[in-house]
Amino acid sequence: MKVINIIGAGLAGLSAALTLAEKGIHSRLISVLPSERAQSVLAEGGINAALDTMGEDDTRELHFEETMRGGVMLADPAAVKALTDGAPGIVERLAALGVPFNRNPDGSLMLRSFGGQKKKRTAFAQSSTGKMIMTSLIDAVRRYEADGLVERLSHHTMIRLLIKDGVCAGVRVRDDYGGRLYDYAGTVIIACGGLNGFFPGITTGTDANSGMAASVLFAQGVKFANLEMIQYHPTTIGIPGKRCLVSEAARGEGGRLFSLKDGVRSYFMEERYPTLGNLMPRDVVSREMYSELRGGAETFLDMTGISDGTWENKLSDLREEIIHYLSLDPAKEPIPVEPGIHYFMGGIYVNTRHETCLPGLYAAGECACIYHGANRLGGNSLLGAVFGGMTAAQSVSGYRDRPRLTDGAFNGADELDCAPSEAFSASLGYMLREGLGIVRNDSGIRAALENVQMLGYGNAAERAKKALAEAMLYSALGRMESRGAHYREDFPETFEGFRSVTAAEYRDDAVRITFEDIGQGGVDNDKV
Amino acid sequence: MIKFEILRRRSASDPPYTATVSYDRDADTTVAEALTYINAEILTDDPVAWEHSCRQKKCGACAMLINGVPKLACDAWLRDYPEGVIRLAPLRKFPPVRDLMVDRSVMFENLKMLGAWLTENADGDTEGTAYDASRCLQCGCCLEVCPNFYAGGKFSGAAALAPASRLISEAQGADRKRLYGAYNERFYRGCGKSLSCRNICPAGIDTERLLVSSNAAAVWKRLFRRGKKK
Repeated sequence: MKVINIIGAGLAGLSAALTLAEKGIHSRLISVLPSERAQSVLAEGGINAALDTMGEDDTRELHFEETMRGGVMLADPAAVKALTDGAPGIVERLAALGVPFNRNPDGSLMLRSFGGQKKKRTAFAQSSTGKMIMTSLIDAVRRYEADGLVERLSHHTMIRLLIKDGVCAGVRVRDDYGGRLYDYAGTVIIACGGLNGFFPGITTGTDANSGMAASVLFAQGVKFANLEMIQYHPTTIGIPGKRCLVSEAARGEGGRLFSLKDGVRSYFMEERYPTLGNLMPRDVVSREMYSELRGGAETFLDMTGISDGTWENKLSDLREEIIHYLSLDPAKEPIPVEPGIHYFMGGIYVNTRHETCLPGLYAAGECACIYHGANRLGGNSLLGAVFGGMTAAQSVSGYRDRPRLTDGAFNGADELDCAPSEAFSASLGYMLREGLGIVRNDSGIRAALENVQMLGYGNAAERAKKALAEAMLYSALGRMESRGAHYREDFPETFEGFRSVTAAEYRDDAVRITFEDIGQGGVDNDKV
Repeated sequence: MIKFEILRRRSASDPPYTATVSYDRDADTTVAEALTYINAEILTDDPVAWEHSCRQKKCGACAMLINGVPKLACDAWLRDYPEGVIRLAPLRKFPPVRDLMVDRSVMFENLKMLGAWLTENADGDTEGTAYDASRCLQCGCCLEVCPNFYAGGKFSGAAALAPASRLISEAQGADRKRLYGAYNERFYRGCGKSLSCRNICPAGIDTERLLVSSNAAAVWKRLFRRGKKK
């Protein structure tokens, strides 16, 4: 019996499991924690689709164009086209599954404004869209768990891929409750989320993400792409142990950014960008905020102009959260905000079918590099996760591979059955943060790289994590231009010659970076 | 200076013991942060096992007993314990794994047995029940305080009331009938209406409201309709 191993039970993993189950294909949903604990539940603002319910003549073509432009033309246009064409169907399907989206008086889905988009295109459920979508998808998948089509292995950690004859033939996992190792045969879909674990304590993500799944894949030879593309979300607040997101919906619903210096307020985004103003793409807003902060100003988000009705019906959770953590009511006074690491556009290099460079291995969701180019638009991550999971599952369903392994307990010792120490990850995170800030330059990246290279490792997990960290820095060093989230003050221009993918590989104990034409990721499994 | 008394155990089969740790840092932080510091700096060689993920009370991972009360560690502030002693213990209604980790899979098994899913398209809920109920974290705090819930019993508690209420509010056709029956069997009949779940939910879900609306749909209106037919 064909069983697909899905690593990660967040939105992309659930989407893949559901799609496979609907085709009658068995899957194992393998995750460190249950779906309810996945980072997807933190997504707030919404999901993009050109549903055109707001009387603005929105089109799928415009969604495509703005996604491409927002990503500064670095994404694969064929993949983005499929994504934006598929978006309306996906959002309608989610509504049919019971996601309680906000609706217009006529019953159609209400859409809100979001960054980098000239039309209202973002469907939402107040400011807890991710949580609402996850709840509905968890229930939808549960139906197939009861049928035996989906087997859940929560509290299980991926240890390594099992590669045989140059093909991904299965995966080794550890039951974190008992500590035993098991080998599971079958095709693998990775849906392990972004690279937050490389920046402990300073991202908006979860700390359950250790970055280890990605590190192991990299160490095992899987090709990654665009690792230098790290999104800083403009509006985050510091809370114990992390940055807490203040949704872009706050600006979509009328929130205004200003800086304060010597008692003078400057609504810098509106002054510098009259058309989109506060809703410029995130890379632009974060850079402007950085320049304000570097100039000695403080930056604030002013939401006092938002109406009571909007707070109540569209942003109630956000208001509650801000009051809880800052003891400030955003409806009554501006709140201090600063940019924080939020999303990784780079990751496992896949093609439009979500195939990786290794036959039998697929990837979807934030861990995969495909849709967002050099900068992701708000509202496209939930979309990319659902669509990516579906697409990977569809590709897998057509993949015919002979069984190369059998399932069973693994009784030997595996050098990767370990974890990086907290001290190691903290040091690495500090070094990466120094080299990969909002504004970068050659000497800063090189200094970070030297520090990382000098960092000793104590086990195989630390060695793998260090290798991927080096790849992030080498990617940033090699891209001698500014594009999207990657801003080099020593190369402030965007060069057409760099409109190519930064591909990173680990071969013979060394990181290798090459620039490849867009759209060349992955192998066609049907031709292997 | 805050004294942490942490109820630990190496495995489910090992006996529990109390580890005492002195914490002398800023009290303007959460128990989750303090635990992270304790593991990284004090108990480096033998860190306390506990589940954690979002750190902003949206995922339910870090539920535990804090001075006897079920709470999320990321939502418990040290400044709220001025007596200077914070006792951490695992939730008691679930099988222990080690230290503060427990196996909460019974909640998910119960939802499977309840049939918590739709087979037909959702019928848009207009009263906000689906939204409120969908906020459930499946953390288990409500089950910890419930006098009627025990793991392995048929009564599935408020952790099932929330998902069931979302589905009941959106179900139509055959789903509705199926869910009404399951709600009766696995929730309504076992609930003693003590409402101890009412003020414990870290997500602030009004379980009483869900109870009223789901009872009305699945029990009273249904009985009434049945009576009328006769």
